[in-house]
Amino acid sequence: MKGCDATLDLLLPLHARLDAAGRVVHAGPALRRLAGDRALIDRPATCAFRLHRPPDVATAAELFDAAGQPLRLSFAEGVPVQLSGLLALRGEGGILNLALGLSELENLGRYGMTCTDFAPTDMTVDMVYLIEANSAIMDEARQLITRLQAAQAAAEERALTDTLTGLKNRRALDHLLAGRVLDGRSFALTQIDLDLFKEVNDTLGHAAGDHVLQTVARRIQETVREGDHVARIGGDEFVVLFEGISERAEVDGIARRLIARIEDPIVFRGETCRISASLGTTLSQTYASPEPARLLADADAALYRSKGTGRARHSFYDGGPSAVPMFERRRAG
Amino acid sequence: MHGIVNRSLQSFLTDTYGREVWVEIARDAGIGVTDVEPFLDYAHRVTPDILAAAAARLSKSQTVILEDFGTYLVSHPNMHRLRRLLRFGGDGFVDFLHSLNDLHDRSRLALPDLDVPRLDLHQVGEGRYRLRMGASHALYVPLAMGVLRAMADDYGALAFLDAPEIAEDGDIRVDIAVLSTSFAPSRGFDLSLRRV
Repeated sequence: MKGCDATLDLLLPLHARLDAAGRVVHAGPALRRLAGDRALIDRPATCAFRLHRPPDVATAAELFDAAGQPLRLSFAEGVPVQLSGLLALRGEGGILNLALGLSELENLGRYGMTCTDFAPTDMTVDMVYLIEANSAIMDEARQLITRLQAAQAAAEERALTDTLTGLKNRRALDHLLAGRVLDGRSFALTQIDLDLFKEVNDTLGHAAGDHVLQTVARRIQETVREGDHVARIGGDEFVVLFEGISERAEVDGIARRLIARIEDPIVFRGETCRISASLGTTLSQTYASPEPARLLADADAALYRSKGTGRARHSFYDGGPSAVPMFERRRAG
Repeated sequence: MHGIVNRSLQSFLTDTYGREVWVEIARDAGIGVTDVEPFLDYAHRVTPDILAAAAARLSKSQTVILEDFGTYLVSHPNMHRLRRLLRFGGDGFVDFLHSLNDLHDRSRLALPDLDVPRLDLHQVGEGRYRLRMGASHALYVPLAMGVLRAMADDYGALAFLDAPEIAEDGDIRVDIAVLSTSFAPSRGFDLSLRRV
């Protein structure tokens, strides 16, 4: 048997040889290392190991009955290292060959196992390599996803477009106003607030409301001159920056056309939506040193006056306080 | 070129010379970004452009930079995972040398689209080995030499590498003499996967 043991030690380092009584009489070098302090030699295999599959194996005869079947077992003592096994009968006893369970592969080092404990024909070490390579790559991939998410958030933060209408958004308008104020060219700033929009939303739903906003956006864009800028700065609030305008009459003409265009009925899924718009304008020329926040507040004050005088109107800001308390705006709108 | 190569090059230049120097190199190279992503594909020009910019900025030859890069891949703490993957090649330095024949296939298991050259290692005498690789991967030669020297240190082996030569068939050839496999203590390697 000595020569046989040496052969099996080489080919199957993780094996045990059992005698007729089911006792371990020899353990391969890798099994000895894996077992560590646990006693194996001269102990019944059914005591040294706990069998999980098949269950209820307590005697040598029951163990030998399981020869040729897939076995699941673990050490009976200490850390229960998960093993799979295969028992082949030989003479009066048998050879029990073992392999480490998948869950053990990530941490073979804690059992003191090294590459040399595995036969070169055994793919266990290659499995460990793959698990480790895979884990490294997954970590990199997760970091990439985190960076991409941050980049996406930053891009959204920097976005200058209103996603619903494709118009400029509030941030874009602020950039634009800051630039215009610096370069000193004259312009007109008009605020547009839709009348009766809330009713559309309330009676026909948000889908209808979105459709109305998209339609109005397109109509405003079509009505203003090429080179003018249109932004949506709130739910149903739009702002137009008219480039190079210093005459009230010029803005007023476009504003009237805007009201007429917006009042054209909008059909959504067979329902006709009728809305209108109130407009308020301020001219950059009227300020010694125009400031964006001031201009917006003054255009808003003019708009509030339009609303107060009966809707579908256009008014110009002509001095006076422009800070309109919100509750009055709400009541008027 | 696979982003992971460029990303490793960025890590090497950043860890060795500092972030500012890397940012200057990236700008000089005109790669359009200051951080390379390991899982994005980059044009083949990017790697040579980074190397050329680094050589100019650091006043070193590209060969020296690539050798240092190879050493870095094995020996720098930030690259401990790659070093571990290389150590799976074998229990001793000679086993590792023989595992170079599997490096191409092994790296494809981990990253199928990573273009690691096919290496061909033969024993040519007692403690003497000859490594060959195709001329199309000339860039990798000094890199491989840096890796091999660092791996010899890692295993505690004493090995000498001859300067690369071009063989009759155009392949690049490096002769390796292993004088001792236990010249110094080996850096540890066990089979525990250290989760970072």
